[in-house]
Amino acid sequence: MNWVVNNLELIWGLTLSHLRQSGIAIVASFVIALPLGWLAWRYTRLRGSVLTTIGLLYTIPSLGLFALLWAVFGIPYLSESNLVIALTVYGVAIMTRSVTDGLDSVEPSTREAAIAVGYGPWRRFWTVDLPLAGPVLLAGLRVTATSTIALATVGILIGVENLGYLFTNGLQRRIIPEVLAGVVLVVIIALVFDLIILIAGRLLMPWVPRREGSRAERRALRRFAAEGAA
Amino acid sequence: MNLFLDAFAWIFSPDRLTGSLPLPEAVAQHLAFTFGSVLIAALIAIPVGWAIGHTGRGREFAVALSGAARAIPTLGLVVLLYLLVGVVYKSQAAVVAFVILAIPSILAGAYTGFEAIDRSTISAARAVGMTGRQILFEVEVPLGLPLLIGGLRSATLQVVATVTIATYVGLGGLGFYIIQGIQLRDTAQILGASVLVVVLALVLDGVFALIQRLVVPRGVVARTARTRSTAAARPVPAS
Repeated sequence: MNWVVNNLELIWGLTLSHLRQSGIAIVASFVIALPLGWLAWRYTRLRGSVLTTIGLLYTIPSLGLFALLWAVFGIPYLSESNLVIALTVYGVAIMTRSVTDGLDSVEPSTREAAIAVGYGPWRRFWTVDLPLAGPVLLAGLRVTATSTIALATVGILIGVENLGYLFTNGLQRRIIPEVLAGVVLVVIIALVFDLIILIAGRLLMPWVPRREGSRAERRALRRFAAEGAA
Repeated sequence: MNLFLDAFAWIFSPDRLTGSLPLPEAVAQHLAFTFGSVLIAALIAIPVGWAIGHTGRGREFAVALSGAARAIPTLGLVVLLYLLVGVVYKSQAAVVAFVILAIPSILAGAYTGFEAIDRSTISAARAVGMTGRQILFEVEVPLGLPLLIGGLRSATLQVVATVTIATYVGLGGLGFYIIQGIQLRDTAQILGASVLVVVLALVLDGVFALIQRLVVPRGVVARTARTRSTAAARPVPAS
C-alpha cells in the first residue's frame, strides 16, 4: 500500500488520461452507432452487410487493429489518436448491434399507432422508437463503457500513457502493489461508469419496469450476456 | 500500399524460418496457448453453465460474473499473475489468466443456450415421459449447442487477442514480433505480424461460424427459417 500512497500524484494523472481517452471513445461510439444502427435496421438490405462487417471488426485483436489503422488510414501508430480511434471502432461494433436490436424490440403495433396518429418519421424516431429501444441501448452502452475502459490499458503497448502504464512499469520494476493498484482502479472506474449509466437510464426512462421486459428485449439483453469483449 | 508490400515481404521472407523465434513456431505457440486455455475453461464452465441453465439457479451469479469480467484489464491480469507466480512458471501464470478471461463467455453460452429453449419443448419432453437426465442430454444440450459454440467462439477470439498482448511478459506467439517491432521501429515487422494476427482471428472466427451452423439440429433449422420469413414479411414502416 505504501507504493500507492507515495505515488498518488502519478496515479491521479494517469487516471485523468484514462478517463479522457475512454470517455471520448465511449461518446464517439454512441454518436456513430446511432445512425449506423438505424440504417441497418431501416434498410433490410444493408442489415446483413453492416452487421457482418461490424462483427468482423470486433474479432480483430487490438494490437492488430492499431497497425491496420496506421497502415490503411495513416493514423500515427504510436499515438493517442490511434488508441482512441481503435477503442471507438470496438465501441461502434458493440453499440450498432444494440441499436438495431433495440429498434427491433419496439412492438410494431406501437409504431403503427404512432404513424396512425400522424407522427412523421423524424418525430417518431425521437419520441417513440428511440425511447422504447432505450433499455436495450442502455445495456449496449454499459457493455461498451466497461469494455472500453478495460481495453484502454492496452494503449501503453503503443506508448500511450494511461492506467496501463502501471502494468508495464510495475512489471519492469517488479512492484506488485503498482500492478494491483492498476487492475483494481480500472475495475473500479469501469464499475462506477456502469453504475452511472444505469442510474442515468433509470432517471431518463422512468417508465421502464425494473424486471420484466418484452420478449424481444429480453432476447437482445441475453445476447449481450453471451457476447464478451475482445 | 507500399507498407503492405513490405509487410508481406517480411511474412514470406526465408528469414522467418530461422532466428530466435521462427514464424511457424510462433503461430503454433499462439494456437497452443489459445486452445489449451479455452479447453481448460470449457471443462470448468460448461458443466457449471449447464447446471445453471437446467436448474435455473445461480443465474444472477453468472450474469454478475460476466459483467465483472468485462471490467478486468487483460494486460494487468497477466502481469499481476506473472509477478505473483514468478518467472519460472510464466506460461502457467498466463494460462491461468487466459482461463479466467475465457470462462464467463463459455458459461454464458452454456446457460443462455438452455434458457433460449422454448418452455413448451421442455414440457413436451416431460409429458412423453422423459426423465430429468434425458431432458438434459437429449433435449437441452443439443438445442443449446449453437449458443454454447457461440460462447466458445467469443472466448477463443478473446484469448487470441489476449495472447497477443500477453507476449509482453515474454511468452512468444505472434505478439512477440509486434512488440519487438515497436522496440526496433521496424514497421514491416509490426504490420506483417499484425496482419497475421488479424488473419488468425478471422480464420478462427470463420471456423466457429461454420461449426455453429452445423450443430443446429435439423428440425430447428426448419423452424428458424420459417420465423425469419415471417419477420421479413412484416410490413416495414413508411418513412
